[in-house]
Amino acid sequence: MSASIILASECPPNDPGFCAPSVLEFFPKPLATFDLFGVHFAITRITIILWIATAVMVWFFVSATRNMQLVPGKRQYFAESGYSIIRDGVAREVIGTEGLRFAPYLASLFFFIVVNNIMGIIPFAQIPPTGRFAFPVVLATISYILFNWVGIRQQGVGPYFKNNLFPAGVPKPLYILVTPIEFASTFVFRPFTLSVRLFANMLAGHLLLAIFAAGTVYLFTVGNFSVIFAPVSFVMAVIMTFFELLVQVLQAYVFVVLTSAYIAGAMEEAH
Amino acid sequence: MSVLAEVTGNVGTLGYGLSAIGPGIGVGIVFAAYIQATARQPESATLTRTYLFLGFALSEALAILGFVVPFIIT
Repeated sequence: MSASIILASECPPNDPGFCAPSVLEFFPKPLATFDLFGVHFAITRITIILWIATAVMVWFFVSATRNMQLVPGKRQYFAESGYSIIRDGVAREVIGTEGLRFAPYLASLFFFIVVNNIMGIIPFAQIPPTGRFAFPVVLATISYILFNWVGIRQQGVGPYFKNNLFPAGVPKPLYILVTPIEFASTFVFRPFTLSVRLFANMLAGHLLLAIFAAGTVYLFTVGNFSVIFAPVSFVMAVIMTFFELLVQVLQAYVFVVLTSAYIAGAMEEAH
Repeated sequence: MSVLAEVTGNVGTLGYGLSAIGPGIGVGIVFAAYIQATARQPESATLTRTYLFLGFALSEALAILGFVVPFIIT
């Protein structure tokens, strides 16, 4: 029973003790590898999960907006409500009317992140691709380039850096202290924390669920009195699954809200 | 110089425990502010909910960072 349930873990099959799931969960066996322009690519089950999740999300929105009616049907209504959460609730709220220009990017970002996060609790997948560090890094890099690009284009290169690195209202000698802190805070920590927040939440949540699930199986099959703790572990796994759902949606929302806050901060210095 | 006291084993778990003190207090402060503001003026609840989630995630991020950095550094 244990061998069939621990489907994708890295534990040796005949280990007498408890083999706790580790970070190796995120490095499964590659299904296919190839080299392209000197870069080594490996297709693993995480890649397949990412492709399937993103394809389902894209298919939903494309099919919902195919024959748009004035009085929407169910699918169009759901797609429009979802898009409106980001467009009205985030882009227009945080950035203002200028924010409608960024609503397509922010909505795509939100739905991409939330669909891939939720793969962490969908049966047979049960691993969030956003728990591989590369995916949040790329998303954070795109947001970083976007808000810097918007700021530089709006204010010019000189005034943008001057407003960010030398904030107004600070006595001249304190600039020695304030400018390095502002530089690190805006240009170093923002992309770093943006990516690490999403990645670390997904990694920690996945490890938590994996440990409770593997613990339940181990306690059931170990054969001594520890079996009375197995239902406790199972209940914890169920509770943590619902908690993980909340965290996954929340982390996607926070990523998008922070991106729009950075865009708003880059744009507003003009006035 | 002789060793007087020593911590062995997985120091990463110790690091996570220490790094969870600050965000624990921080998240408590964020939610306390939201609850107090909503208690004083219930109509403001939807307005401040954005800041609630934002403040919670920003504060929680540091605790999560403390959890994950030992995995990365190994």
